[in-house]
Amino acid sequence: MDNINDILKEMGLNSIDDLFSDIPPNLKISSMGLDAGLSEDEVRRKAMEYASMNKTITQYHSFLGFGAYNHYVPAIISAIISRGEFLTAYTPYQAEISQGIMQALWEYQSLMAELLDMDAVNSSNYDVSTALGEAIRMAVNITDKNEVLIPKFTHPFKKSVARLYARGSNINLVEYPFDESGKIDLEFLKNNVNENTAAVYVEYPNMFGIIDENVAAVKEIIGDQRIMIAGVNPIALGILTPPGELGADIAIGDGQVFGLGLNFGGPMLGIFGTRMEYIRKMPGKIMGVTKDSNGKLAFAMILQTREQHIRRERAVTNMTSNMGLMAVASAIYVSLLGESGLKKLGEINMGLTNNLIERIKDFGIDMPFQGSPVFNEFYMKLKVSKTYLNLAARKSRVIPGAILGQEFGFDTRKEVNMITNVTERNTKEDFDAFMEFLGKVI
Amino acid sequence: MYHQAVYDEPFIFEIRGRKTVKLPHENENFRLNIPEKMRRKSLNIGDREEFEVVRHFTRLSQMNFGVDLGFYPLGSCTMKYNPRLNEEIASYPGFRDIHPLQDEDDVQGALRLMYELGEDLKKITGMDAITLQPLAGSQGEFTGLSIVRAYFENRGELDQRTEVVVPDSAHGSNPASANMAGFKAIEIKSNKDGKVDFEEFKKYITKNTAAFMITNPNTLGIFEDNIKQMADYAHEMGALVYYDGANLNGIMGKTSPGKMGFDIVHLNLHKTFSTPHGGGGPGAGPVAVKEHLKDFLPVPIVTYEGGKYHLNYNVPKTIGKVANFYGNFSILVRAWAYIKLHGEEGLREACERAVLNSNYMSYKISKIMPVPGYRIKKHEFVASSHDEEGKLPKASDIAKHLINNGVHAPTIYFPLIVPEALMIEPTESATKEEMDRFIEILKDAINTPKEQLEKEPTNLKVGRIDDVDASRNPRPTYRVLMKANSKN
Ligand SMILES: Cc1ncc(COP(=O)(O)O)c(C=O)c1O
Repeated sequence: MDNINDILKEMGLNSIDDLFSDIPPNLKISSMGLDAGLSEDEVRRKAMEYASMNKTITQYHSFLGFGAYNHYVPAIISAIISRGEFLTAYTPYQAEISQGIMQALWEYQSLMAELLDMDAVNSSNYDVSTALGEAIRMAVNITDKNEVLIPKFTHPFKKSVARLYARGSNINLVEYPFDESGKIDLEFLKNNVNENTAAVYVEYPNMFGIIDENVAAVKEIIGDQRIMIAGVNPIALGILTPPGELGADIAIGDGQVFGLGLNFGGPMLGIFGTRMEYIRKMPGKIMGVTKDSNGKLAFAMILQTREQHIRRERAVTNMTSNMGLMAVASAIYVSLLGESGLKKLGEINMGLTNNLIERIKDFGIDMPFQGSPVFNEFYMKLKVSKTYLNLAARKSRVIPGAILGQEFGFDTRKEVNMITNVTERNTKEDFDAFMEFLGKVI
Repeated sequence: MYHQAVYDEPFIFEIRGRKTVKLPHENENFRLNIPEKMRRKSLNIGDREEFEVVRHFTRLSQMNFGVDLGFYPLGSCTMKYNPRLNEEIASYPGFRDIHPLQDEDDVQGALRLMYELGEDLKKITGMDAITLQPLAGSQGEFTGLSIVRAYFENRGELDQRTEVVVPDSAHGSNPASANMAGFKAIEIKSNKDGKVDFEEFKKYITKNTAAFMITNPNTLGIFEDNIKQMADYAHEMGALVYYDGANLNGIMGKTSPGKMGFDIVHLNLHKTFSTPHGGGGPGAGPVAVKEHLKDFLPVPIVTYEGGKYHLNYNVPKTIGKVANFYGNFSILVRAWAYIKLHGEEGLREACERAVLNSNYMSYKISKIMPVPGYRIKKHEFVASSHDEEGKLPKASDIAKHLINNGVHAPTIYFPLIVPEALMIEPTESATKEEMDRFIEILKDAINTPKEQLEKEPTNLKVGRIDDVDASRNPRPTYRVLMKANSKN
């Protein structure tokens, strides 16, 4: 029988309090000041009440992206990742009893490797912002130089995280501009890459949604002794040239688009890949294929000497827990869509976005980089205040996009600089509502 | 006898078929204007039917072990039962289908939940302000130590305060985080009781110390009873004191980091607060601080003003952001549900039962192998399968015997200061019967001849794995494996 008093008696103790006699009396607390516990059904009802205070994105005609994207989530994902065998496991420190998740994570690494055209992929970073922070540190570690160039127009949250990671390692982040077509200013790069430059970070699609073909010229400019870090929207890789083929040494992206849903911005998934020659400098857990004592194929965590539990202060990263389950979710997603599904999906996103831009053209709206091809986001300037725009948007039940503000020196009282996102989930009704809204603000 | 499911499951790349998934707008034709250089030529991942994907991953799941399957006393990881209620709530459309950049008015329920969670965690830790943004414990450490850095920078002392002092029993992420935040990690030796000796401690804390970082109960499961004295001394010397909250389950409701004198705390919601670990993550690592550090927290913080909840970016000396958005929200939802379900009494009882279980196991196991350190343990303890005569099996062999019998092994070879360490944390989610069974298997391992132990496991998907080969010839992806195979 499982009885507390029996257990105590067996140990020769009288009460649970005896087990806390090692805490000095002056440090003890009598209460935390929390409410009493509730029954399961009461917690459920409270949660339902809070959930109902939120307006979901599906209640709007939404064109809101800018770092978190409203893509379709297949039903099988939650069915599989809520299985207790995956859901309630820890990191597979005992490999033989954890082969299932290790194979799933290895397949995740392998699928991402194909998408990115990178031979080595880890089994996840936290998200794309922290992946960028780690990529910058890794590049500095490889090259022993300490300056990294990043686009001035990088998502402000991502840039802020990258700055924090850089600061801790005394890395100098230098911002580079775009040209008038919204692409990397190659002349600037040529003139500003110097003996201190460890790496250049490029994005495609970039913050304005542009599929920047100047990325293809970067590796030649910076040379083999410097690292090219490429940030991609993984869902565009069904149709876009992979970073490996474009010369990238490190490739990162956010796997949120691969069936993870929105969840108010988390959990997301930091995808991180590199060339085989740099695998020993890569952060994160890596699954590898090996054999067991009978010569049977098996999976193991490899190159653990890079990690904190062995290398401690000199580890390549402090990262311990990661986003394992989200990696499995995106492996399921990518397996399900397959190569033709991902290609189709890329075409749909890009095609629908082009359709919307086509319809907007007649309004004569200021679209600064019009003519540069975009994937599923685009940039508009509207000559109205943010307050006015929000009012009109609400009336049409439209969320027209994300508004850029002070961080880029924009004054939202005078004009709105907006990034609009279109995905496969947008419908004809959404488009019509968007046009109705635009008609109002112009 | 335990038998794990065994399938000779092919790689997903080898499962090929028709694409059956249907996408919206699938049959429309689009004009695309991809620049030639940017157009993908090929992608080699194949297509397959939906039911094939489900079968493949379901079979993989059956070759895995989790808390839902059995006893999981993995030390330092607090593998307690993860209430299914958490999962249900996190899947409500009102939490799942909201975008982080929606108008504040649209997400009042989400912000309210985050605010309440923050308030409750402040009460539990005895701290004054909190961020829920860090994405795991280690990232909490990096966040907390970046706050330390900003604090001394602000005081003009950063050039001088370059060191973070950690005990040699500390988790590896502590020194690694110190390094990432720009500090030098200095290790202080534990004494023979497995604690930090106060006189020794004083030698390490100097005008160069930025912070002293420790978990309490420490990684040996021993409560550092000098903690307040140490914190006071560190403060006198102008340093800050950091609490690694991985071990909060051992003191929750009994004392608090605030009470012990800590300035900064990170929590691991995937340990103490029952959110599932998912075979690696996602976790969540909120960081709570005392009043004097609240101006350095990452933005935004959740505030309540004028009858509404806000994402407040107005934090005067903020270190900036540490993640894409506001943290692992759906994990925060789960932790919130856990705290509401348990409440004041329930959380304290969880701690009491966890400590009872740990002491029961350490009492019993001390009769069969050395358990270094004090008699009273908190939520975990460390046994050492190391004896003078060399009669005891290696920790790794014991671990394989345990998993071969369908219970998860303890954490082994950590903390580093104990030879052949077996770090055992039963948590509150273990019955006496389960613990007794574990102990029987442990005894059985000791009585099994070495040659036989080394042949284990035999009841699992695979036998003993060759870690050395795995790392000597890294094959991290299918494409690398195929290249390697074609060479042979
Ligand atoms: C004592 C201790 N500190 C820190 C960590 C790091 O936490 P996380 O895995 O959430 O990054 C862990 C767990 O791995 C731990 O056991």
